[in-house]
Amino acid sequence: MDWKSSDPVPGPRAEDHLPHTARAAVKIVIVGGFGVGKTTMVGSVSEIRPLTTEETMTQAGVGVDDNFGSDSKTATTVAMDFGRISITEQLVLYLFGTPGQERFWFLWNGLFEGALGAVVLLDTRRPEVSFDVIGRLEERGVPFVVAVNSFPGAPRHPMRELRAALDLSDEIPIVECDARRRASSRDVLMTLMHFLHSLATARAPV
Amino acid sequence: MTPPRRRRRDPEQQPPPGPAPAGPGGKEGEQRQPERLYILTGATDGGERASIDLVTLIVACADPQPTATPEQSALLRLCRSPLSVAEISAYLSLPFSVVTLLLTDLLAAELVQARAPVVRKATPDRSLLEAVMHGLEKL
Ligand SMILES: Nc1nc2c(ncn2[C@@H]2O[C@H](COP(=O)(O)OP(=O)(O)OP(=O)(O)O)[C@@H](O)[C@H]2O)c(=O)[nH]1
Ligand SMILES: [Mg+2]
Repeated sequence: MDWKSSDPVPGPRAEDHLPHTARAAVKIVIVGGFGVGKTTMVGSVSEIRPLTTEETMTQAGVGVDDNFGSDSKTATTVAMDFGRISITEQLVLYLFGTPGQERFWFLWNGLFEGALGAVVLLDTRRPEVSFDVIGRLEERGVPFVVAVNSFPGAPRHPMRELRAALDLSDEIPIVECDARRRASSRDVLMTLMHFLHSLATARAPV
Repeated sequence: MTPPRRRRRDPEQQPPPGPAPAGPGGKEGEQRQPERLYILTGATDGGERASIDLVTLIVACADPQPTATPEQSALLRLCRSPLSVAEISAYLSLPFSVVTLLLTDLLAAELVQARAPVVRKATPDRSLLEAVMHGLEKL
């Protein structure tokens, strides 16, 4: 960090300021493999230009290669895109796009904690990328829906086959989407919200 | 052509074996790191950290004093209106963990106020979910 007090810090544009009444925020996570459309989906529904938050990690060289001593480390920076939707004057929704590969799971501790739920973006050309993610979400008890982007030339499987391949139970929604279109991305989020609502209703005391 | 099939992971084998994260202060959940990775600045006591989320909203209570560090001043100026920790991290180009440390000091000095996020509970609040749905409909 080399900071000078004279350095201007870019901040939110005037129209990106939250009202002082903003009291609380909720978050939803959009997770999927490389190039599956996470950034596109965050950007298509966000009211602010999508932003990026970074985390620097070091990978300890322990037991990997001791030639450089046991404290040789590689620093890696992992970026996460996010966007924002103002729900009411008091409530704000944040959307985080995060890579699904297992080596990025260290990011998940702070991310999925407290998240309302997740959208798993699936590219049918490479569905394997999302398999581990689905398993991990199940283990963590994070409710999720699956959104399949229709990339040109991507194989189209009947939903029934896809559900069987993903080994998803019947209640978990699978929808098709075009992450580039705001209305389509919004519909995916809506599907997640309806699903969360049905879970809440099922669990509510009578 | 049928798609490849997912194989459920054996729950007995969870979590995947891996050493505990380096540094003290790892909370329970953090012991389950899948890889030998840890947060650079994570070696603090972890007490306050736990309460700061990516979507905690931060509002400055005062203008920066001349004694404030440049980072603190920049943060206080940014937070004249409420801003999430994620947005602060993005605008200041500082990792989330570093922003968390900055905020820990500013919170202790009562220079900023934190508005906690609404988090998922075992039985989620239906009126909250309905508010979010209503907000999305207007999009
Ligand atoms: N046809 C089609 N193209 C899409 C869709 N979503 C994203 N794309 C395109 O796919 C490319 C990759 O999208 P990104 O949003 O950058 O994907 P990402 O998941 O953020 O990628 P990484 O961050 O690199 O892992 C872009 O060129 C998008 O325009 C979709 O739903 N349909
Ligand atoms: Mg991206």
